Amino acid sequence: MPIELLKYGLRRGHRPFRDIPPTPDLRKHYDVVIIGGGGHGLAAAYYLSNHHGVRNVAVLEKGYLAGGNTARNTTTVRSNYLTPPSIAFYREGVSLFEAMSEELGFNVMFSQRGQLTLAHSDAAMRSFRLRAEMGNHVGIRAELVDAKTVQELCPHVNMDLGGQHEVLGGLWHADGGTARHDAVAWGYAKRAAEKGVEIHQRTEVEGFGIANGRITEVRTNRGTIAAGQVLQAAGGMNGRIAEMAGIPLPIRCFPLQAMVTQPLKPFLDILLSSSNLHTYLVQSSRGEIVIGGGTDPYQLASTRSSLPQKESLATGALQLMPFLHNIKILRQWAGITDITPDFSPIMGASPLQNYWLDAGWGTWGFKATGVAGKRMAETIATGRVPDILAPFSLERFSRFELLNEMGATAAGH
Amino acid sequence: MKIMTCPLNGPRNISEFQWLGPVHDDAELTAAALVRHLFFAPNPMGVLREWWRHTPSNTVFIAERNLITDEILRTYLKPAADNIASVA
Ligand SMILES: Cc1cc2nc3c(=O)[nH]c(=O)nc-3n(C[C@H](O)[C@H](O)[C@H](O)COP(=O)(O)OP(=O)(O)OC[C@H]3O[C@@H](n4cnc5c(N)ncnc54)[C@H](O)[C@@H]3O)c2cc1C
Repeated sequence: MPIELLKYGLRRGHRPFRDIPPTPDLRKHYDVVIIGGGGHGLAAAYYLSNHHGVRNVAVLEKGYLAGGNTARNTTTVRSNYLTPPSIAFYREGVSLFEAMSEELGFNVMFSQRGQLTLAHSDAAMRSFRLRAEMGNHVGIRAELVDAKTVQELCPHVNMDLGGQHEVLGGLWHADGGTARHDAVAWGYAKRAAEKGVEIHQRTEVEGFGIANGRITEVRTNRGTIAAGQVLQAAGGMNGRIAEMAGIPLPIRCFPLQAMVTQPLKPFLDILLSSSNLHTYLVQSSRGEIVIGGGTDPYQLASTRSSLPQKESLATGALQLMPFLHNIKILRQWAGITDITPDFSPIMGASPLQNYWLDAGWGTWGFKATGVAGKRMAETIATGRVPDILAPFSLERFSRFELLNEMGATAAGH
Repeated sequence: MKIMTCPLNGPRNISEFQWLGPVHDDAELTAAALVRHLFFAPNPMGVLREWWRHTPSNTVFIAERNLITDEILRTYLKPAADNIASVA
């Protein structure tokens, strides 16, 4: 890639190019229709077209490309979960990020600088010990560290928090990092489009034709199309779309809010989070401090922001780093997240034969963009759910086989 | 600030309230109903009937709120009738 870049830079007469082709007319039939042009839908389209030779694929996006939660997340990538199926799944997700820029020939700016989660109570230390042990057992890097190591890893953190919740230690996760969210979606979209995948922006799915336990047609605001297989990856609207297909999902919508400050000189070279304060901080490559936390305290399917939630993020940030007190907030926003009862996603088969679910990604699905796309593409291409996805099936709820990741996910994403 | 009306104390700041989740109305207790009750909570793109608590006075009541606009339409105490589903 660097040589290509150099050649391009030195060439005379640059010809402009489009990464993403303009939206074509809808055809009558596609082998695979993907609902949702976020990172997950686009990654699935990439793997179908580039790895499985399935090229007659349409991605339907009601707004603009990757303008849903893919555009709104705080880009934490990590694998320090609690249950072995989750750790194994997210471990594969992180390893795909490590190779993504090379694989796509598109710089996704993956920066694997490590994540430190602070404990301010004995209970948090105990749960981190468990997560570190589970992580090491499955083969990721996660380690319980004491207060002295916290100070070495992050000299700027306020260790006593005014005597209220002093920092006792933390969970250090050397595999954690961030990536450029837009680039991830655009990289997958570009390489999928090159192989013939059609990306239909401003194309909203409005209903389905269903007969004999199969989807026969997908109805959109631009016409009706027939589909061999259908994948739903509609982010915050996953519950709603499944309902149109007659499938109740255990999903509730909650807003998740975040904000960034004005740019500062680089001082924070790790991802810092606190489960007790429900706040995390990361410095972007532009120098801005990105501040995120837990979801709103009540159900809502809206992207409105609220003052109490922003105040709570600011309170957490100021407890951890009081010197940020007169830094200005530049931007703030919210996304609608699709939360499941166990804070784990729902992937794989649905009650309909040719309808596949990639849903329930809540506040934590950016890190799974590559692996969910890859494994869902494999599922659709082979008609078989791979072992790594089996624990995430919709049936787990009626079997009471939940994958409880609330403690490892709710405020850390 | 967002204002919610407590049936006992009148209009108060939203920060005085705790959201307790949707009102369920499944009467029979079959296995399927239990799974539905535990995991498949209502998520309408419209009005949800839900439990709230005014924390300072510990008043638990029902609110009807629009899940798209966040508009609180009504708040009231649980009616005496056992069958919560019959609330209009
Ligand atoms: C503030 C915030 C911070 C977050 N932080 C993190 C984090 O740090 N790390 C992490 O891993 N995750 C994080 N997440 C979660 C993450 O953003 C999502 O789980 C992930 O982006 C989901 O990707 P997706 O492609 O499935 O959904 P989306 O990117 O939301 O894409 C779904 C698409 O479907 C489209 N759609 C919806 N309905 C229809 C329809 N009827 N017809 C056609 N198209 C439709 C939407 O327009 C949307 O573009 C965060 C989320 C938010 C909101």
